Amino acid sequence: MRERETEWTDLMRSANAGDSVAYHRLLKAITPVLRAATRRGLARSGQPVEQAEDIVQDILIAVHLKRHTWDPTAPFAPWLFAIARNKLIDALRRRGRRIFVNIDDFSETLAGAPQEDTLPPGEVASHLEQLPARQRDVLQSIAVDARSIKDTATKLSMTEGAVRVALHRGLSNLASKFGKE
Amino acid sequence: MDTDRLIQALAADSDTRARPVSWVLALALALAAPISTAVFAMQFGPREDWRAAMRNPFFDLKFVVMIALAVAATVLVLRLARPGAPIRRVSWLLGIPAGLIGIGVATDMMMPQQSAWSTRLIGSNSMICLAVIPLLSLPLLTAALIALRHGAPTRPALTGAVAGLMSAALAAILYAAHCFDDSPLFVATWYSLAIGVVTAAGALIGARVLRF
Repeated sequence: MRERETEWTDLMRSANAGDSVAYHRLLKAITPVLRAATRRGLARSGQPVEQAEDIVQDILIAVHLKRHTWDPTAPFAPWLFAIARNKLIDALRRRGRRIFVNIDDFSETLAGAPQEDTLPPGEVASHLEQLPARQRDVLQSIAVDARSIKDTATKLSMTEGAVRVALHRGLSNLASKFGKE
Repeated sequence: MDTDRLIQALAADSDTRARPVSWVLALALALAAPISTAVFAMQFGPREDWRAAMRNPFFDLKFVVMIALAVAATVLVLRLARPGAPIRRVSWLLGIPAGLIGIGVATDMMMPQQSAWSTRLIGSNSMICLAVIPLLSLPLLTAALIALRHGAPTRPALTGAVAGLMSAALAAILYAAHCFDDSPLFVATWYSLAIGVVTAAGALIGARVLRF
């Protein structure tokens, strides 16, 4: 567990230095841990664990948009788990449930269940529909059709810079749509 | 949406760099402070005898206490904007202004005085104090809350409260130059009340606007 957390911290430091491969690896590495913890939290509150994926995605977007609040001299895991706990509590509150979030939910080391193959469209997908057309098209292209920024730019006849801007705005907009239903 | 794909999109957006919260908060306060200062200068201004008053340690103590409070609250609020940052380690800073005003009150009570302690406590303009500190803190609190939305406060009400504390302390630095009541008894009572009002307002608004 210590090793894992040191690795996360190192990856995040590299990511901050501009290493997007390290950033991708970090997000991949934290996702199963977040998924397992979220499922435990949902189960404890008597909620269907199928909702976990929406919450995991909400956490990942928050991690992404708030990563400048992480102090690079501090370990990464406590920061991550504080955000995750906050998002889980928010999600449960929105569902009108009594909240039983255990601090240990987010510090146990279980790898967690893999994502189910057939997912319902999910919250992110429905929020995606409400975005301005350009942001939606860019996110659709990158996040759903798995195109690169370059290919997306070609396909939508935009500059790469404009794609980056639309992507960032789209993600920020998605984040603000969570918690508003 | 598939989570792996979402991660792909997040990684593609990884070269956007946000400014640190401390930078944004500093900018916000730097924009709001001239507004509060202008309102103060136009409507109130420093008291006429402020040069003579500066030789009175109790007059100076008002500034020392409020500056200490503003600094402590700023350090604390920046911690609160970071998820998982331990705040216990810095919350003792709030004890510094409290201790200073405590020493002031004790000194005030021990010294021979021309007026009774109750007169000093009630002072001459407690109602103005209660109105002006919240008024002057309004632009600062607004700016601070907007800046803190850039952070990630996991305790929005507490963060809003400390933002209120910080704004009110900064406003009190201005107001202290106008206020004719220098007795630490007065400051401990009426300044605290005025600051408490702003702190409560910060908590209420923070709970709504600082969730992320």
